[in-house]
Amino acid sequence: MKQETQGKEFWFIVGLFIVLLLAPFALKRFYIYLLGLIFVNGLFAMSLNLVLGYGGIFQFHHAVFYGVGAYGTALMITKLGQPAWLAFIVGPLLAAFVSLVMGVICIRLSKLYFGMLQISLGSLVWVVVYRWYDFTGGDNGIHGVTLPSLIASTKGAYYFTFLVTAASLLVMYLIVQSPFGRALQGIRDNPVRSEAVGMHVRLQQLVALVIAGFFAGVAGTLFVVIDNSAFPDMLFWTLSLEIVIMCLVGGWFTFFGPMLGGAIMVALRTFASTYTEYWTLIQGIIFMLVIIFLPEGVLGYILRKLKPHKEVTAKGEY
Amino acid sequence: MDLIASICSPALLCQILVGLSRTTILFIVASGLSLILGVLRIPNIAHGSLYMIGAFMAFTVSKLFGGGTTGFWMAMVLAPLAVGLLSLIAERGIFSHLYEREHLMLLLLTFSFALIFGDLVKLIWGAEYRTLQLPESFKGPIPVESLPIPIYNMFLLIIGPLVAVGLWFLTNKTKIGKISRAAAVDREMVGAVGINVSWVFAFVFVIGCFLAGLGGALVAPIVNITLGMDHTLIMEAFLIVIMGGLGNVWGALLGALIFGLTQSLGILIWPQFGIVFPYAAVVIVLFVRPRGLLKSTW
Repeated sequence: MKQETQGKEFWFIVGLFIVLLLAPFALKRFYIYLLGLIFVNGLFAMSLNLVLGYGGIFQFHHAVFYGVGAYGTALMITKLGQPAWLAFIVGPLLAAFVSLVMGVICIRLSKLYFGMLQISLGSLVWVVVYRWYDFTGGDNGIHGVTLPSLIASTKGAYYFTFLVTAASLLVMYLIVQSPFGRALQGIRDNPVRSEAVGMHVRLQQLVALVIAGFFAGVAGTLFVVIDNSAFPDMLFWTLSLEIVIMCLVGGWFTFFGPMLGGAIMVALRTFASTYTEYWTLIQGIIFMLVIIFLPEGVLGYILRKLKPHKEVTAKGEY
Repeated sequence: MDLIASICSPALLCQILVGLSRTTILFIVASGLSLILGVLRIPNIAHGSLYMIGAFMAFTVSKLFGGGTTGFWMAMVLAPLAVGLLSLIAERGIFSHLYEREHLMLLLLTFSFALIFGDLVKLIWGAEYRTLQLPESFKGPIPVESLPIPIYNMFLLIIGPLVAVGLWFLTNKTKIGKISRAAAVDREMVGAVGINVSWVFAFVFVIGCFLAGLGGALVAPIVNITLGMDHTLIMEAFLIVIMGGLGNVWGALLGALIFGLTQSLGILIWPQFGIVFPYAAVVIVLFVRPRGLLKSTW
C-alpha cells in the first residue's frame, strides 16, 4: 500500500516536471515570469520549513538570508565586477555564513526567545542594508543587474530558476529523509529525550539553520536572475512573516506544502492586484481564515483526507 | 572628551531631550506591548497598526471638534478609547476563542490583523499625509532662556513617567492588576479559584492596546500621519520589550531609554548610520543578557 502511493507520488512529480519543462513554449512571457516567481517564493518557503516545520525552530526573520543571498549576488556583479556564475555561488554561501553567525548567537535560546533575538539581529542587517547608500543603494536597492546572455532572456531565466529549484528540492528532500533529518524531527518532537539519547541538540539545530540559510540564499539569488534587482524590502520583517504564512497555507509538516503555499499566494497576489489595490486586506483575511479553520494547511488537509489512517499533526505540537 | 563637552552644551542637550521626548512615545507603545506579552503571551504584531489607527483617529477627532485646544484634548482622550474599543471587539470576537493555540499561531493571527488594519486605514483615510495642528498653548519653546525645548516635547517628557507609574500602580496595587499577574504565571490556578480569566485577559489586552492608541495620539502632532508609520515602530517597540525583559514594564522604560539615547547620540556622531546604533545596542545587550536586562515575567 505504502509502496503504491509512493509510486503514484513519484509519477505525479515526474509528470509535473515534464509539464513545467515544456510550459514556456505554451505560455506568454508574463506567465513564465510568474512561474519563476512561484519557484523562488516556494523554494524560499521550503527552506524556512526545513527549520520551522521539521526543526521546530522559531526562525522569525528568515527573509534576512533571502535578502543577503540576493544582495550578495547583485553586489558581486554590479559593484565588484565579478563574473555572474561566481556570484551565483557566493550569494548563497554568504547567506549560509550570515546564518551561521546569527545561529551561533541565537541557538542558546529556544522558542519565542530565539525568534525575538533573531528578529533583532535580522533588523540590524536590514538597517545596515537600508542605510548604506554608497554600497547597497539604500532604499532604492539595486536594479538592472546584467546577467550572462545564456540566462538573460525570460526563457533562459525560467529554465535556470526551474532547474536550480528542482535540484535544491531534491537535495532538501534527501536531507529530510537522511538520518540527520530524522534526528532533527526527533529534536522537534522531544528535545529533552533527544539530548538524553546522546544527540548534540544545539549542533544539529545549528546545521539545520545553516542549510536553511543557504537555500534561502539560493532563492534570493534566483530572484536576482528573474528580476535583475534586489531591494531592502527583501530583508524586511513583514516578508519573513508572509513566508511563515506561506508555509502555513500550504501546510508545514508536509514536504511540498510550502511550495504549494507559495504558488497559491503569489498567484492570488498577481491576479488580485490587477483588480484591486487592497491586496493586503485580502491577504490578511485569507491568512486569518487559514489560521482559524485550516491550521494544517491545504496540503496537510488533502493528505489527511486521502490517508485518514496516517496521522498528520494538525495543531503542530512542538 | 570633546564629545562629552559637546553633549553638555545647551543646544545639544536640547536635541537629546527632544529625542528623549520621542522615546516617551516609544515607551508608551512598548509598555502596552509588554503588558500583553507578559500576561497573554501574545506577541502582538498588530500593535503598530493600532498605534497608526490612534494617530489617524486623533486627526479625525480633532477635526470633528474644530481643532484648537478642545479638539486637541478630545483627540488625546477619544482616540485611544476608540482604539481600545476596536481591540475589545477583536479580542472578544476572535482572540478569546483561540487562546489554546500555540504562540506561533497567535503571532501569525496578530500579523493578519496588522495586514487588515493597515489596508483598512488606507481605505478610510487614504494614502495622503495628515497633520494634527497643535493648540496655541503648546506652541513655542518653554520659558527657560538657555533651553529652547518646544513645550509639547516637555509635555511628552512628563507624560511618559506618568504612564509608567500608572501602569505600575495598576499591576501592583489594584486587585485586577494582581489577578492579571497571577494569571500570567498560572492561568489554570487562577481559573480554579473562581475568577473569569477570559475577562481578565480581555481587560489586559484592551489596556495594552489603549496604550498603543495613546502613543499614536500623542505622536500625531509632531509627525506626518501616514500609512506605513506602523512598520518600523512595531519593530522598535519589540526590540525595546525584548531588551528590557518580556513583560516587565520597567524593562520597557529602560529599553526605551537605551534605544532613544543611542539613537540621539548615534545621529550626532555619525549622521548617516545614526539609525543603526540603537539596533546595534539591542544586539549587544541581548548578546550579554539573552533574556533581557530586567527580570522577565516568563
